[in-house]
Amino acid sequence: MEMPVPNPGVLARKARIVALLRKVLPEDAVIDDPTATRAYECDGLTAYRCPPLAAVLPRTTEEVAAVLKICHAEGVPVVPRGSGTSLAGGALPTADSVILGVARLRDVLETDYDNRFIRVQTGRTNLSVTGAVEADGFFYAPDPSSQLACAIAGNIAMNSGGAHCLKYGVTTNNLLGVTMVLMDGTVVKIGGAHMDAGGLDLLGVICGSEGQLGVVTEATLRILPMPEGARPVLIGFDSNEVAGACVSDIIKAGILPVAIEFMDRPCIRATEAFAKAGYPDCEALLIVEVEGADAEIDTQLALIREIALRHDPVEFRESKSAEESAKIWLGRKSAFGAMGQINDYMCLDGTIPVSELPYVLRRIGEMSKDYGLDVANVFHAGDGNMHPLILFDANKPGDLELCEAFGADILKLCVEVGGCLTGEHGVGIEKRDLMHAQFSTADLEAQMRVKDVFDPSWLLNPAKVFPLDASATRRAA
Amino acid sequence: MQPRTEAELAEAVRGAAGPLRICGGGTRGIGRVVPGELLSLAGISGISLYEPGALTLVAAAGTPLEEIEAALAAEGQMLAFEPMDHRVLLGSFGVPTIGGVVAANVSGPRRVSAVGACRDALLGVRFVDGSGQVIKNGGRVMKNVTGYDLSKLMAGAYGTLGVLSEVALKVLPRPEAETVLTIAGLDAGQAVKAMAAALGSPYEVTGAAYDPARGVHMRVEGLRASVQYRARELAALLAGFGTVALEEDRGASAALWQQIRDVERLAPHQVVVRVSMKPSDLPVILQDVGAGDDYLADWGGGLLWIAASETDGPALLENLQQFCARSGGHATLVKAPEAMRRSLRSFQPEPAALAALTAGLRARFDPRGILNPGLME
Repeated sequence: MEMPVPNPGVLARKARIVALLRKVLPEDAVIDDPTATRAYECDGLTAYRCPPLAAVLPRTTEEVAAVLKICHAEGVPVVPRGSGTSLAGGALPTADSVILGVARLRDVLETDYDNRFIRVQTGRTNLSVTGAVEADGFFYAPDPSSQLACAIAGNIAMNSGGAHCLKYGVTTNNLLGVTMVLMDGTVVKIGGAHMDAGGLDLLGVICGSEGQLGVVTEATLRILPMPEGARPVLIGFDSNEVAGACVSDIIKAGILPVAIEFMDRPCIRATEAFAKAGYPDCEALLIVEVEGADAEIDTQLALIREIALRHDPVEFRESKSAEESAKIWLGRKSAFGAMGQINDYMCLDGTIPVSELPYVLRRIGEMSKDYGLDVANVFHAGDGNMHPLILFDANKPGDLELCEAFGADILKLCVEVGGCLTGEHGVGIEKRDLMHAQFSTADLEAQMRVKDVFDPSWLLNPAKVFPLDASATRRAA
Repeated sequence: MQPRTEAELAEAVRGAAGPLRICGGGTRGIGRVVPGELLSLAGISGISLYEPGALTLVAAAGTPLEEIEAALAAEGQMLAFEPMDHRVLLGSFGVPTIGGVVAANVSGPRRVSAVGACRDALLGVRFVDGSGQVIKNGGRVMKNVTGYDLSKLMAGAYGTLGVLSEVALKVLPRPEAETVLTIAGLDAGQAVKAMAAALGSPYEVTGAAYDPARGVHMRVEGLRASVQYRARELAALLAGFGTVALEEDRGASAALWQQIRDVERLAPHQVVVRVSMKPSDLPVILQDVGAGDDYLADWGGGLLWIAASETDGPALLENLQQFCARSGGHATLVKAPEAMRRSLRSFQPEPAALAALTAGLRARFDPRGILNPGLME
């Protein structure tokens, strides 16, 4: 992975920069010892590593502003970091950068059930936001699978999704307001407890901008009343096409499940060997979950059953209890862990129009033979967000590169059929150089104009999102 | 000018000698009256893709809303954000277009539920920027974080950052049944509390409005058995606020929510201001600023429509904008005689730092300042 050459001037001024940062932050909030900065050398995309110049861990918006003001004046790149769980390299440092971690910004600032929002500092983890309101019957809807660890700051940067977004949307649909610090240290407040933007929808473009427009220190998030209950069904099919048609029919029938998950045979076999969830050995498996009171769930499941039976499933298993629900989810939830047991793998994240599912799965199967690397498919079928897992051997020279080339081909296929490169993980460095496959030069220029406005000196997370050739003149200016 | 293709649209913008007044169906005359040559999108029309099984629809910006709603209804689906028809309130004529809906981010009563606003249903756009460059963003799939989300930026920009040529939208199944619960005789303070109780319950309320003359209305929708169950539970939950009347006729419920959506009640008035704020601020703002000549609240109290005469309008707008500057939210002059729209600031003034970002974006997307210049000021 190509990264920009570190600015030698910045590297040479390390001592001065660290001294300036120490003036505005407590002693323990500035990390510059090379063994300690190691902790920040990578995120969830562990194949790429680079220790930063220094790392800072501010505790307040004011401290964040002070840090950014210094870095702005000194021309130092800043890489914002939530919990470092990005799978796309969104928080990968460069050698000349300061990592700005929000891990110490963890407070709940305001909880308002009458207006259904919570205001938090953004270092707080996703799951702990729900944790703060669940005793009162509320939850925060976006549920990325890293939710135990990932921070709201990173969720906003990457516009994180989750398994339940078919019904509740992703981060951008649940974000009402932010306090954000611009690269020059200016603090701006956008949105609030009200439901729509006044003026331009700046919040809409900040969410998903991968930390390139500003550092979000506080967020106002929509919370929702918890449903009375939820129950899944498991449906097995002997072809991917039929499973795909069943998904489409369920949606057309007017049922809106909270989640529709899909697993193919390689994935079913691997998870079954690992988790022993009792899944049928079939070509394709759906887990469909619906919500409501018991009677409402029964009505919806009866409809789903009727639709599924028309497609001649090899198995239809309806949960009757919490234990049975857990068992149905067990295999799906351990899919990634199961894969990790048998192999190194790379997890992709393209999205396709749901109607293209059978074609895309067939093509992935063909490419898998050509590349000689196995693939297991698990994905959110309701919204077409695929997570093909390519299996490879990290110890075998050339295998990672082969796997990356295969991955790139799958993502290009997603774009070709009308989808996109990334549904919920973000571009980061991982998909940066594939952006030309989805966007024209004019499309990318238009996006980079937004960065020009928020961060004219291109110091915030500069080597991410845009292909290096496309952003070269701006980064050099 | 009335281009027939996106390429002709790009050519028209590129070749423009001066300001352009961008027009979908011309039914939403909101904001400062702008000078310039008329650029109509009516010629760029038609649904290019509709996949009911994928809940997605793609249409050219000039496509009449009616055509889209008919196509969706034929498959038992709908635009869940139920856009307002501004002709009712504004007394305007013309054919509302989907491009106009998106450009103004028009969102109806379901905004208060998980469905969200127009911008939340927007999957992607194609547009022509002020230099005549065609730009695409987003796509037609529901989960997409590839690059910056310029689609959201375009929703509600009233054409000032670019002229929309195509939009892709998420659609939803039309509910099988709907029921309205009404509690009459509440004041604004009680109404907001009743709506908060309903919206904070697990019964999936998809509309919560307050009409001071008729009381609080709340809507539940979905599968028939489920609607019956939830309406019953809600009625029990809200019993403390007064007698809860249930209207289970789908047609009657639809007609009521259309009246609320279109702010029909305030149509006779000369000046109408729209305020978006924290729902619980509704009684506070009515106390501080007054109730105008009449008002209607939607979104659980978070959306206030307030009316005044031509004489009182300017002061009302000023007071509402000042309230929002202090307490959060924003106030927009939606209906006013043309002279007033020329002299007043229709949109809420922004703090300096945000105004600078807004101006920066306009300068880059429309460097010549020709796209509806000044409309949002």
